[in-house]
Order: sequence, then structure tokens, then C-alpha cells
Amino acid sequence: MEINAFIIFIASIFTSNILLTNFLGMCSFLSVSKEVESSVGLGLAVVFVMTLTTALNYVVYHMVLVPLNIVYLQYIIFIIVIAAFVQLTEMMLERFSPVLYYSLGIFLPLITVNCAILGVSLFMIIRNYSFLQSIAFGAGGGLGWLLAILALAGIRQKVRYKFVPKGLQGAGLSMIITGIMAMAFIGFSGIVVIQ
Amino acid sequence: MITTILTTIAIVGGMAGFLALLLVVAEMFFANYGEVIIDINGKRKLKVKGGSSLLSTLNENKIYLASACGGRGSCGFCKCKVRSGGGPLLPTEKPFLSPDEIKDNVRLSCQVKVKEDIAIIIPEEIFNVRQFAGVVSKIEDHTYDIKELTIQLTQPTEINFKAGQYVQLQSPRYGKIKQKVSRAYSISSSPDHTDYIQLIIRRVPDGICTTWVHDFLKEGDEVSFTGPFGDFFIQDTRADMLFVAGGSGKAPIKAMLEYLDARNSTRRMGYFFGARSRKDLYLDDLFATWEKSMRNFAYYPVLSQPTEQCEWDGRCGYVMPYFDEFIQDVNNTEAYLCGSPGMIAAVVKYLVSKGIPKEKIYFDSFA
Ligand SMILES: Cc1cc2nc3c(=O)[nH]c(=O)nc-3n(C[C@H](O)[C@H](O)[C@H](O)COP(=O)(O)OP(=O)(O)OC[C@H]3O[C@@H](n4cnc5c(N)ncnc54)[C@H](O)[C@@H]3O)c2cc1C
Ligand code: FES
Repeated sequence: MEINAFIIFIASIFTSNILLTNFLGMCSFLSVSKEVESSVGLGLAVVFVMTLTTALNYVVYHMVLVPLNIVYLQYIIFIIVIAAFVQLTEMMLERFSPVLYYSLGIFLPLITVNCAILGVSLFMIIRNYSFLQSIAFGAGGGLGWLLAILALAGIRQKVRYKFVPKGLQGAGLSMIITGIMAMAFIGFSGIVVIQ
Repeated sequence: MITTILTTIAIVGGMAGFLALLLVVAEMFFANYGEVIIDINGKRKLKVKGGSSLLSTLNENKIYLASACGGRGSCGFCKCKVRSGGGPLLPTEKPFLSPDEIKDNVRLSCQVKVKEDIAIIIPEEIFNVRQFAGVVSKIEDHTYDIKELTIQLTQPTEINFKAGQYVQLQSPRYGKIKQKVSRAYSISSSPDHTDYIQLIIRRVPDGICTTWVHDFLKEGDEVSFTGPFGDFFIQDTRADMLFVAGGSGKAPIKAMLEYLDARNSTRRMGYFFGARSRKDLYLDDLFATWEKSMRNFAYYPVLSQPTEQCEWDGRCGYVMPYFDEFIQDVNNTEAYLCGSPGMIAAVVKYLVSKGIPKEKIYFDSFA
């Protein structure tokens, strides 16, 4: 596939938003979107981890799994790579930048098990992206996720002051809002197509 | 077939092993802070292993700072001054610190990590703080929502504290509650009894610790607590003492009066006990006996919502208007308040407007 990396980047933010079109990474999306500030923290951590793990997994896939002919092990290997990477990042942040650790680092453990991160690595393989394309896809995917959680957090902050029927409070209403947001994002779908 | 299986296992194992090794090396490299020295008040030096929070490092060395949330940064009790080496102020601490405290380098010790030599200042009294174990020897029902526990100390068997101080009672995991918590409760018995303490505990609906005390705790059960904490105690002056406390706020006042009674104090004292209705009154007989034994002590129960139109022959409404019955000279009066933050704020405002100097108003806020 010869799509310009920049187009992939833009597309994965808007038209094929990993969260709003693939509905990946929902659990932390629902639980950490109560307020804007922490949602930005988590979102930035996702951008960081997604970009770098996509790059790492690209290297691991093409340098290790393909030559050894064991691509069917990609799931388990990707998961291990992501987990180790997150753990390492957490350790380094805590040591070298406590301030950054407390604004981003505390979200890192949540990300290890975020399926959007694994999803992006797997899509990159399925779609046969090049290294550059993969990085653009990882970074765009992360930013798209950040955009989605930021939007939801903004809306939820407003909703806090409104009357919400009991059965809809919390996750119920958030799912509905997410659904409507996903529909709104369909509006972007004519701009670029990558899938 | 077998070879495929074995190579696959070897590869996955090898990769996982490699990453694990990487992490172990990183851990040794990054998370090892070696031995560091904590300088306390410029007098004591502790050699400790770096890497954990200041609060837990001190705890391991048997220095117990107050903590009601177990170090999760949500109670703001664990403050101490860090003179050097605590790293930058973190976003998790800011909400609990006033601008003055920030300027003064006050930090939440549960958020400060000990990574390098560090110099701190803590009140000397803290060295007195211990972890205690005891057995509940008696549970009395004072009202429908207030119980008084008597805890006989087992380990250590003696406690030294000042009347008015509090302890942090630890509630275990019970029923559906999966977490241990510790909550502050003022000691209601006099410091003259060193082998037991009493606590007056009011039920907070759905409260973790109070539900345990009210519904699960039985006589004979073992409990543990740390203490004593707090700087709410009797000032050694000759001024008149105005006490104001409702509900379980009676606890520290009871300890103070019992202490003063044992010394046949002749200071002028008045205790205003605000309650909603008659069923919220308790220990009235005890306070009545103190009115007899201490000639200058008077007890003023006030009901804010008596069930029948002031069916009782006492005082009705809020406590504040009745202070005039007691206050003679505002410049020679100390006030001791205990209870909810709202009540304390209202009473402090009232007393200041009456002319009682702010620095002579002492209080313990139950939140
Ligand atoms: C210095 C100090 C001394 C204290 N002394 C006493 C004492 O002698 N006797 C006593 O009964 N209590 C005392 N308290 C209050 C006590 O520490 C607990 O806060 C209280 O018992 C509730 O604990 P919990 O675990 O049951 O409730 P939690 O599980 O902590 O709280 C349950 C819910 O109740 C709310 N809540 C918490 N505390 C209160 C409260 N006090 N009033 C109304 N709602 C509340 C919380 O916001 C929460 O929503 C003291 C507090 C302090 C800081
Ligand atoms: S222990 Fe509760 S804030 Fe530090």
C-alpha cells in the first residue's frame, strides 16, 4: 500500500479514529474521562506509548518474527513488548522526572492493558504499513484517542451539572455520548480513506 | 513437529526472558537509590534504604506521622516540613497546602519519595507516637448513633498523652469492605488512666470505619491504633474556659474535664453542648456530677430541634446566643471547640465578633 504517511496520520486522527470507529481502548476511556485534566494526562501517555510501541513492534515483527517464520506468535510477543516498554518508561520517569511522573506516569499502568495500543500494532501488520507509515499511524492513532477522550471529558464535565436519570448515570450516558460522537466523526469520512 | 514446538517455546521464552532481564537490570540501575540519610529536626539522623515514600520510611523506623488515608494522598494529614532533598512539589500535594505552607516547604510526606539525603522537621511529640494493640473491654450505647469504646491496652500496656489528643483507629477488612482504613478519634478518657483509652464514635451512614465499629465490633475483639496525635489541649493559664462541642465532639472535652476534675481545678469553665433533640443528649449525669465537684464549672445543653415545642425546660435553638450566660471578660476567655468544620467556622466567627482574640480559640475539626 502506497499511502502517504502524512495522510495516514491525519486519517487515523479523524476518519479512522481508533476509538470512535474501532471502539478500542474503551475501558480506560470510560473510567478516566470524568475530568479534562486527567483525561489529557492519560491521552498524552497513550500518544507516547502508542507511537513508540508501534515502532518497536514493527522492528520486532520484521526483524525477528518474519525471519524466524513465527508471525503467528505476534499477539503474545506484542503484548510482552508493550508491557516491558511501559514498565521501563514508568521506572525512568519516576527516577528522572517526578513531576512528569505524577502527571503522566500514574496512567502508564492503565495503558499496559489498553487494547487500542495492541490494536494499532496489529492493524499495522494487517495493513502492511512501512516503518514510516507505522509511526505515522501510531502517533495519529494516539492523538485520535486523545481527541476522543478529551471531547468526552469536556462533555461529561458539563453533564455533571445537569439532571441525569438514575439508570443512565455514569457509564450508561458516556456510552450514548460516545455513540453520538462516533456518528459525528462519520462526517469526516469523505476526506481521506485509508482502509 | 516437536522441533517446531520447542523452537517456538524457546523463542517466546527467550524474548520474554530477555525483556525480563532488561527490566531487572533497569530496576537495579534506576530504582535503586541506595542508602540515604534522613535528618530529623537537625538532631537525629536515620540511615534508610531509599526508594519508598517518606511516610512509610519513617513508619518503618517507628516514627508515626498522622495518616488517615494510608498514604494515598487524599487526607492531607501527613504534612511535614522538608528543608532539603524532597524533590519538587507535586501536583498531588498542592490541593492540601495553603500558600503559606508551600512557602514554608511543607509537604505531604506520603507523596515525597526518599531518593537522596533529606532533611525534615517534625514536631518533637511525634516521637511519642506508637502503634498500640488493645482489646475492646466495653462498648456502651450512649445514643442511637453514638457508642463509647473502652480499649484495654495490651501492647504496649501504657499510653501517655494530653487530654484533647486523638488516636488513629485502624479498621480491618470486613463484610463487603475490602480495604483497611484508619480514622481519627479523640480520646475521651483522662490521661490519668494510662492502661486504657476510651473513644466516642458516632455512626456516619455508610462510613467505612464507623459502620465497622457500630455493626461488627464486639467486646473482647482486638483492635489497633496509632497515636497520640494533635495539638488540641488545655492551655496552662488561668483564663476562663469556654467549651463548645456537639455530638461526638464531646469526647476530648470529657477527657479534659475529667483531667481538670482530678486536679480540683477552680478555673471558670462552661461547656455548651449543642444537640438536636433530647435523644441526642448523653453523659449528662457525668457532667452534672462535675458541676457539683468543680464549683466553677457549668454545663449548658442546648437543643436546636426539640421534638415538642421546646418540650424541655432548658435552652433551645443554637448554642451561640447562650454564650453570654458564661462569658464575663472577653480578654480573659479561652475557647475550646470541637466538631464539624461548619460548626467550628460559625462559632469562631461569632466569638471573634464578640471580641475574643483569635489566637485564644483552640479547635479540633473532625474532618
Ligand atoms: C482530629 C479528628 C478527631 C476526630 N474525632 C472523632 C471522634 O472523637 N468521634 C467521631 O465519631 N469522629 C471523630 N472524627 C471523625 C472520624 O475521623 C471519621 O471521619 C468519621 O468517623 C467517619 O469515618 P468513616 O470511615 O466511618 O467514614 P468514611 O468512610 O470516611 O466516609 C463516609 C462518607 O461520609 C462522609 N463523612 C466523613 N466524615 C464525616 C463526618 N465527620 N460527618 C459527616 N460525613 C462524613 C465522607 O465524605 C463520605 O462520603 C475525628 C476526625 C478528626 C480529623
Ligand atoms: S497520608 Fe493521607 S495524604 Fe498523606
